Amino acid sequence: MTNSEKNRLKDKAFQVFGVFCTFIGLVVLAIFLIDILIEGFTRIDWEFLTNLPSRRASRAGILTAWVGTFWILILTSVIAFPLGISAGVYLEEYSKKNRLNSFLEVNIANLAGVPSIIYGLLGLEIFARVMGLGGSLLAGALTLSLLVLPIIIVTTREAIKAVPRSIRDASYALGASKWQTTWNQVLPASFGGILTGIILALSRAVGEAAPLIVIGALAYVPFVPTSPTDEFTVLPIQIFNWTSRPQADFLVNAAAAIIILLLITFILNGIAVYLRNKWQNKVKW
Amino acid sequence: MRVQERIIEGLLRLSAVITIFITAAIIWVLLSESISFFSEVSIIDFLTDKQWTPLFAEKHFGILPLVAGTFLTTAIAIAVALPIGLTIAIYLNEYAPARFKKTVKPLLEILATIPTVVYGFFALTVVTPFLQTIIPNLAGFNALSAGMVMGVMIIPMISSLSEDAISAVPRSLREAAYGMGSTRLQTAFGVMVPAASSGIVVSVILAISRAVGETMLVAIAAGQQPRLTLDPTVPIETITTYIVQVSLGDVPHGSLEYRTIFAAGITLFVFTFALNNLSFWIKKKYQEKYD
Repeated sequence: MTNSEKNRLKDKAFQVFGVFCTFIGLVVLAIFLIDILIEGFTRIDWEFLTNLPSRRASRAGILTAWVGTFWILILTSVIAFPLGISAGVYLEEYSKKNRLNSFLEVNIANLAGVPSIIYGLLGLEIFARVMGLGGSLLAGALTLSLLVLPIIIVTTREAIKAVPRSIRDASYALGASKWQTTWNQVLPASFGGILTGIILALSRAVGEAAPLIVIGALAYVPFVPTSPTDEFTVLPIQIFNWTSRPQADFLVNAAAAIIILLLITFILNGIAVYLRNKWQNKVKW
Repeated sequence: MRVQERIIEGLLRLSAVITIFITAAIIWVLLSESISFFSEVSIIDFLTDKQWTPLFAEKHFGILPLVAGTFLTTAIAIAVALPIGLTIAIYLNEYAPARFKKTVKPLLEILATIPTVVYGFFALTVVTPFLQTIIPNLAGFNALSAGMVMGVMIIPMISSLSEDAISAVPRSLREAAYGMGSTRLQTAFGVMVPAASSGIVVSVILAISRAVGETMLVAIAAGQQPRLTLDPTVPIETITTYIVQVSLGDVPHGSLEYRTIFAAGITLFVFTFALNNLSFWIKKKYQEKYD
């Protein structure tokens, strides 16, 4: 075999390996989804969604878990969005290139890399202990808000960066102030991108269990939370609890709860992808 | 008008500055509880003792077994994710048709959006039983299965960051390689990968940092037995799992056991902080600038 034939063979071999690697991830994903569906799908019925937790696997439901998850999502949104969007607007529209602002940027990048369980330790000490919120919904939502803040800030900045200079110049030329320009021109124009970031942040928050366990969220909550100061559980914690029990019936429950959790995650991500495509196609500068 | 503008700017700046307070609060919380911890436990014991048994009658406070567990699951995850992720990045950039790339990328991203408890369930109930048919003496909780599943989880992280790095290399370099008669493989490994090496290294470091901090997956599938070993077939415990284990139990606030989670937490924080900043530094210093 000549050298060039050998090289061509190697080239082909790598191509095959490349296809193999690309599909291995997808195949694992498929096996995984099918396995969960087979194991858990038949367990899902109205009672599973509306029953309180129970020591008997066949009677246990996820009512408290999904209500807790929705509470957490709403409270986290209320706390994290205004804060994250304001910070993103400041860094992109207002800040000048100086020491403080470059430090802010490095700091936010660092926060994005802090493991979620460390946010749990922060929440345990500050929100649960010092502020006396205990293992309440409010303490959990505050902790998760800090966790998703860097995501919101980064995506807000990217969305604002995509708005062309000319829009701002036109607004200033008409006599608008900085804030009028930001509020009436820049924010509406970047709304799609910001919304995408917000939804991605929510889909991150919905799957988190570790920081909530650390602040003291319980697996067994026998009532539905009705106010932000109530104790709570969320779907991922319920799944973790059921998975760590030895009885097979609880594993079936876990699989069923996973289907619900994945459904929420995929719907959120689907909306994000849809919005991103819609805005990308609609806005052409 | 002016006053209102000023107030708004002040409020916006305040929300940006809050991020600094978050970092300060993290460091303060970890440090203050750890300092009380180290006033009772010598830091030398903490770093050199080979046993971690704070919850037992005979207490040992050596962090090494937890670090070993974390290192083991991380190493297995990277051993899975690096070859596969990098190959995907090269394949999608140098071989695959644009249409294929456009369909496959978002599908792979799904792997990154699945909550980690779900991966834990998968490792425990599917991967471990499957591996036990090949390795009969594999324990029900082990680092191997948890690490492998974690590897699958971080494939999209390595593949998409590496792919960004490779596609940032200008076309002209690739065309020059083809012009010299190189095959696609020679172009990829002789020109594109070296040119994008800083970006690829950054992607791997960030993946390591992610794997080190991963919690629920290892808490479910890798076990809760701190053990100074590199044997992937036995139950181990990672730093993160230990924090979860203590949080689930009834440890009174202010006790020495309570403070151990902050000592474990600061160890974890030091690792991830160092890795993240190493990646920023590499990005800044070595990134090739093409214009």
